Amino acid sequence: MRHTISVLVENKFGVLSRISGLFSGRGYNIESLSVNETTDPQVSVMTIVTTGDDWIIEQITKQLNKLIDVIKVVDMTELDHVEREMVLIKVSPRQEDKAEVLRLAEIFRGRVVDSSQKTYTIEITGEEKKIEAIVELLRPMGIKEFVRTGKIAIAREGIKKS
Amino acid sequence: MKITGAEIFIECLKKEGVKHMFGYPGGVVLNIFDRLHDEKDLQLILTRHEQGAVHAADGYARATGKPGVVLVTSGPGATNTVTGIATAYMDSIPMVIFTGQVPTLLIGNDAFQEADIVGITRPCTKHNFLVKDVEDLAQVIKEAFHIAMAGRPGPVLIDLPKDVTTHKAEFVYPESVKLRSYNPTYEGNKYMIKQAAEMVAHAKRPVIVAGGGVVLSGASKELKEFAEYADLPVTMTLMGLGGFPGSHRLSLGMLGMHGTFYANKSIQESDLLIAIGMRFDDRVTGKIDAFAPHAKIIHIDIDPTSIRKNVRVDIPIVGDVKKVLTVLNKVMKEEVKEQWVEVRKAWAKQLDAWRKERPMTYDRDSEVIKPQYVVEKIYELTKGDAIIATEVGQNQMWAAQFFKYDKPRTWLSSGGLGTMGYGFPAAIGAQLAFPNKLVIDIAGDGSIQMNIQELATAVINKLPVKVAILNNRYLGMVRQWQELFFQERYAHTKLDDTVPDFVKIAEAYNAVGLRATKKSEVEPVLKEAFSIKRPVFMDFVTDWHEKVYPMVPAGAAIDNMLFYEETKKSEKKLKAVK
Repeated sequence: MRHTISVLVENKFGVLSRISGLFSGRGYNIESLSVNETTDPQVSVMTIVTTGDDWIIEQITKQLNKLIDVIKVVDMTELDHVEREMVLIKVSPRQEDKAEVLRLAEIFRGRVVDSSQKTYTIEITGEEKKIEAIVELLRPMGIKEFVRTGKIAIAREGIKKS
Repeated sequence: MKITGAEIFIECLKKEGVKHMFGYPGGVVLNIFDRLHDEKDLQLILTRHEQGAVHAADGYARATGKPGVVLVTSGPGATNTVTGIATAYMDSIPMVIFTGQVPTLLIGNDAFQEADIVGITRPCTKHNFLVKDVEDLAQVIKEAFHIAMAGRPGPVLIDLPKDVTTHKAEFVYPESVKLRSYNPTYEGNKYMIKQAAEMVAHAKRPVIVAGGGVVLSGASKELKEFAEYADLPVTMTLMGLGGFPGSHRLSLGMLGMHGTFYANKSIQESDLLIAIGMRFDDRVTGKIDAFAPHAKIIHIDIDPTSIRKNVRVDIPIVGDVKKVLTVLNKVMKEEVKEQWVEVRKAWAKQLDAWRKERPMTYDRDSEVIKPQYVVEKIYELTKGDAIIATEVGQNQMWAAQFFKYDKPRTWLSSGGLGTMGYGFPAAIGAQLAFPNKLVIDIAGDGSIQMNIQELATAVINKLPVKVAILNNRYLGMVRQWQELFFQERYAHTKLDDTVPDFVKIAEAYNAVGLRATKKSEVEPVLKEAFSIKRPVFMDFVTDWHEKVYPMVPAGAAIDNMLFYEETKKSEKKLKAVK
């Protein structure tokens, strides 16, 4: 099963390689990873998406906790939480598709952040499924370039998943 | 007053109570070595190879329980420590390794003797540091010693750029360390301990499996109390030897691939396994699905990742073995009804029957020197009062099987990584810590050649280590596998005529060399060696064909054993297994 794990770490150099080294060294898979500073500049948060059965996920969280620079590990999948990704898509549609591209962007609450004679660059934020849906819809229109962030996640306040 | 980084380094080590360290000089650590030159209370033992320095510090740590300390230079000096560090990491041995580094401004420049040792050792250290500012030095050293010893111990590396050793700072040594990100659990969960006690009280066929954690946490006394009170048989992993007295009536000896028949059998038939400070290594469990099929498992370990890593566990207890056992003993005595006396009698009877069915054995009538005979003689002559180091391979297994370790920290062996060349420098480290103890390295003719240069270290420092070389002219353990599994095709395991004359080597280093070629010469050679207050190489020319039995073929269940008495029959059986 897929898990989104949030890891609070000391913001020291080499900490990312300690974490990625742990995953590669023990044969775990990282599907997506995002790192950023928190409000405390000495602390960073990493959001890691990984897959595995319960045994593997238990090992992953324990192994992460064992690293000296790791302050806290939260398996978001066990909590009610909000997940977001962002994607920037550069489309070069044919003349007759241009209106459809803009319409799709609007439906998905995207924004056009750059345009040229031949292209539109659209920014879209949302959950994984939403991102995948817009990509699928835009694909026939001619996607020229495409970048996507790792997932970030935050727990909802005061609710525990039963 | 401000002092240099090199001086801070020395002051910190003194504050940590370090008396001895091992190392090798080089360009970027010259400032430290220069300061060390005048030090009387802090002695550096110069080894002849950096790997030897790390193993020596490791042996020192295993024998004393204090962290071993190493100081080497950058680049090749640093990379030469890697095998030693990985060895210590696998066996959870506390160490602090200082490596020199090129000046901070040159880092990343492919400078002369530069190596990214922090990157290289990241997966084989418990933690590591690169000190970039002399102001951080004292704090980092304090943290390193703390991390090395806290929780599950392990090696910690500190990389010291040259300019950090020359720059000056005010020296303030922190009184204590508090890391918000590292707080191991020492006290076991009381509720779980109570449950465990109930389980022990009701078990019909319980077995304790004691691992290296018992030795590391200093819990031998508590373990003995526990085993004796509830009448529990104890088997030990390779790392657990000495954690429980090998000569005790409740001891079943070692379990696993080369464990005793009765230890493995007890596991397979048991209804309750009490795993203490061990991690269910594949050499212990054999085929994991067939391991302890009828047993519930109580697992006590300080490292949560060890629990439920390889086997399912019914009662997990995260905590320091000594602390958990102390509470468990109390609960057993005060809160649990003593109701096991009768059932234990039946279990003890069964265990005795297995002991009689398949005792540890070898051909005792042989005129050719059997390696097991040498180990048994060492045990007999020392009455077990010695520190035994081993190399890796057949020598290690025979030393584990035919010597009974009654005290913790008298058995120094590379269990997890299986490092040939470990034993001799480790013995040197232990001898430095205990100058008046008899320290013996049980070696093979292959392994001893991996760090043979350390004979110079032993001689110059007057460390009277004894090396018993079980010389079979082969890389014996690999040869054994080739004989059993590769149709006797001895690819690159036959050393034969290329084995050097160990007596002459010893003499060339100004040590003593002795040789025994007949069984009758074994005892006189050992007696003579033990009476000499100098390093001695003993060359025992042994039966090359001898194999380590019992043996569980890799991937088989641990009661699927091959036995000494039926070597021929075993080999047939083996073919059937394949």
